[in-house]
Amino acid sequence: MELQAVVMAAGGGSRMMDLTYSTPKPLLPVGNKPLVWYPLNLLERVGFEEVIVITTKEAQKDVQKQLSTETKLKLDIVCLQEDADMGTADALRHIQQKIKTDVLVVSCDLITDVALHEVVDLFRAHDATLSMLMSKAHEFTETVPGQKGKKKTGEQRDFVGVDESGKRLLFMANEADLDEDLVIRKSIMRRHPRMCIKTGLVDAHLYCLKKSVIDFLAENKSISSIRGELIPCLVRKQFSKCSNQQRSKEEPDEKLKKKDTNSENHFSSADDDLLELTSNWSCWNDHHGDMCGAYHGSKLRCYVHIMEEGMCYRVNTLAAYIEANCLATKLLEESAIHPSAVISEQSVVGADSIIGANCQIAGKTSVKRSTIGGSTTIKEKAKITNSIIMNGVTIEEGCNIQGSVICSHATIGRGADIKYCLVGNMLRVEAEAERTNEVIVGNDQLMEI
Amino acid sequence: VELSKEEKQRLRKEKKQQKRSKKDDKGQPESEKDKKNKKPMSPSVAQVTTQVQPAETQKGNWMPPVNEAPASTDRPTKSKAELRAERRARQEADRANKQVKKGESTTQPSAGKTKAPPSELQPVVKRLPEHIQADDPAGVKKLVKKLEEQQILVRQDYGYKVSLFSHLHQYSRKAPLTQQMSIPSTVIHPSIVRLGLQYSQGIVAGSNARSIALLHAFKQVIRDYSTPPNEELSRDLVNKLEPYISFLNQCRPLSASMGNAIKYIKKEISNIPSQCKEEEAITKLQTCIESYIMKINLAAKAISKFAIEKISIDDVILVYGCSSLVNHILYDAFKKKRKFRVVVVDSQPRLEGREALRRLVKMGINCTYVLISAISYILPEVSKVFLGAHALLANGYVMSRVGTSQIALVAKAYNVPVLVCCETYKFCERVQTDSFVSNELDDPDELIVTRNGKTHLEDWQSLRMLGLLNLVYDVTPPDFVDLVITELGMIPCTSVPVVLRVKNVDQ
Repeated sequence: MELQAVVMAAGGGSRMMDLTYSTPKPLLPVGNKPLVWYPLNLLERVGFEEVIVITTKEAQKDVQKQLSTETKLKLDIVCLQEDADMGTADALRHIQQKIKTDVLVVSCDLITDVALHEVVDLFRAHDATLSMLMSKAHEFTETVPGQKGKKKTGEQRDFVGVDESGKRLLFMANEADLDEDLVIRKSIMRRHPRMCIKTGLVDAHLYCLKKSVIDFLAENKSISSIRGELIPCLVRKQFSKCSNQQRSKEEPDEKLKKKDTNSENHFSSADDDLLELTSNWSCWNDHHGDMCGAYHGSKLRCYVHIMEEGMCYRVNTLAAYIEANCLATKLLEESAIHPSAVISEQSVVGADSIIGANCQIAGKTSVKRSTIGGSTTIKEKAKITNSIIMNGVTIEEGCNIQGSVICSHATIGRGADIKYCLVGNMLRVEAEAERTNEVIVGNDQLMEI
Repeated sequence: VELSKEEKQRLRKEKKQQKRSKKDDKGQPESEKDKKNKKPMSPSVAQVTTQVQPAETQKGNWMPPVNEAPASTDRPTKSKAELRAERRARQEADRANKQVKKGESTTQPSAGKTKAPPSELQPVVKRLPEHIQADDPAGVKKLVKKLEEQQILVRQDYGYKVSLFSHLHQYSRKAPLTQQMSIPSTVIHPSIVRLGLQYSQGIVAGSNARSIALLHAFKQVIRDYSTPPNEELSRDLVNKLEPYISFLNQCRPLSASMGNAIKYIKKEISNIPSQCKEEEAITKLQTCIESYIMKINLAAKAISKFAIEKISIDDVILVYGCSSLVNHILYDAFKKKRKFRVVVVDSQPRLEGREALRRLVKMGINCTYVLISAISYILPEVSKVFLGAHALLANGYVMSRVGTSQIALVAKAYNVPVLVCCETYKFCERVQTDSFVSNELDDPDELIVTRNGKTHLEDWQSLRMLGLLNLVYDVTPPDFVDLVITELGMIPCTSVPVVLRVKNVDQ
């Protein structure tokens, strides 16, 4: 077995509470499929047969139910206690017993069409400890309901340093962790005099990790988040003095080099001797210009694959959620309109809309560039543009809904005019209401302190 | 009842006789495969022969393959009779093999050198089969089918190939075979996938390094192997290794040293008695592989011992590219306090000489670095030339990195002795007199250079009349080589077939 896949579906969706207060994040519908379906579909397409899904106790039943029909993968669903407040690294430590080989960790909110072999090939060819995926950030063009004023660039930037080839990851820091200056160690500059620092990248939260990293996590219980702590730690460790093995001689007939006796021998593997022998005989070097051998003799190597084109979204904000819904049609192979939906002839359903199962769309309605969830009823003369309607919604006659998100089981009263709003779960918008740019949620959701 | 080796050989010879007598009755050879591979176009021999002269042999009713005419013009070096004789010998061997393996569902990789089970000990040194010509459509189709049976994907050729070399494959580094394979790989063992990637990206390069890495990967494969029920380890393991070898061949064509290593392993596997327990057999195989690697290391030591005798005080030694063996010799000589200096000659696009230079300077050896265009300027200063080899062919030609024959030629013109260092496990029964017939084409995009932000050759594919050729190997005639240093001693180039014969008799 080469790789085991783990999908992290226990996140709370803290940046889009309006959507996730009632629906767990992995089950948010995107293009009428639960959000967690997309990473699972990616894994299924490349050839995985089994996946470990880590989720919360409450979401577990629904996840199991929804996914059993959608995917042929064999899912091993692991539950975490909701109140344990476990980070992603804690979750990995929790399932340490199940991990027998190298691990591919994916976040449940990743929607991408990346050629996964690019990431995994870096992992394999260079015998890397970590290999991850990043993508050029795209601007979100859709208007987000409830957003007042310009979009704040409040998201803390990531500084990512890569070497000349653009593959080796040299430096990673988040703006939040830095005080005023960006500090780069001399050891990095000595080995890689040319480093390119990029800021406009989105971390896809897709990581290939060696098994030794999981063992390392088991010993270092203080690391709780993969992205926040483990990855920067590994990237720094590449250049730290102790995990280095400078080979004093490079003679091919010395099979046994002096063994690494310090504590960082986590990252050395069993077949090191023969691998070193091979690299001594081989005439390849990953860099030129200094007197060091391949990889400067370091055992810990981190690589990154940066996607230039193609789709890569992390659905962790409302804006991303809306954007993803618009693009979902491109990713889905099935037809946009579910066969069980009942659509009357006089209605106009645009080609880029997705209609879910068992929908009832009455006559003289117009649905353009929208996603309609399952079991939704849309009465006559309704006009729905650029919106996301989740499951079980009832839209009465004559409504005009534009650029909005209507959550599950909500009802929009007759003749309502909703523009760029978010209507929360199970809410009812009264008839003839006119709302623009508002977030309409229930009282129990407001003011969560 | 376990048949001994001699009995098995006898049986095989008998079957061969039977087949020969049967052959005259039937016009067309029976299709060895039980599959419906009834293509009347191509001769239904397992190995598609690349010579396409129609058979004026006993097999009278064959239809000549379609591409007879163009192919024969590509091969001016072999005469008709020679090719016919070759083909006949090979077909007989094949038919014998087929009889032996009748009950099994083995498929043999058509493009590899390892077609015959190693237990097939022929008294005569067998020629290795030629590769499938890349522009032979029937052959390619057959290859694709075979690879499909082994569940290996075929790598697509990339870019325009110069017509003289269109019979070779040309792959792009940016299109690895793993693109279409499943992750995690189930058909191919993960260490083999890693090895294939390292080959195709050039991370493991150099004849010795590739062989050692291959043996290392096979060790892991054997370690993870478990015999399925009702199967014999000796046969099943060989079958399991076949798709891996085809996969590696698709990633990068196998080298002669790798071919010999594979032959050795297969022989060892087939020689495992069937009553041997699985764990025992696996440990035995692991030790065999380790001993082979040890042999390679010891050969290097022996060669450096011989070579040091040839290095005198104040010698100026010229080396080309990065040969692991030559570097080893120079380290040893330096450690023994010989005083010499080295001229490292390098060439595009690989610029391997930089790595050799780094290693030598790190040891403390005095080095000069030039590009190959400067050899006629530097040679008057040079006292000896040490060259490494990828393989030594049976007619005494040396197959090595492209540029080696240049250096040997110019050295000859300047009367500088040329010494080739090569272990005997790289000796190959192939015969070649030019660099066209069998070579390797590397990624043509490697020749594209970006200077000052400008890449002039970026759209080379759109220019119909432009072809980029990135050759990897060339052959040096024995007239330019003064001495070959092997672990058996220092021999002239023409003694290579003697060594091969002696080795085969030993085995």
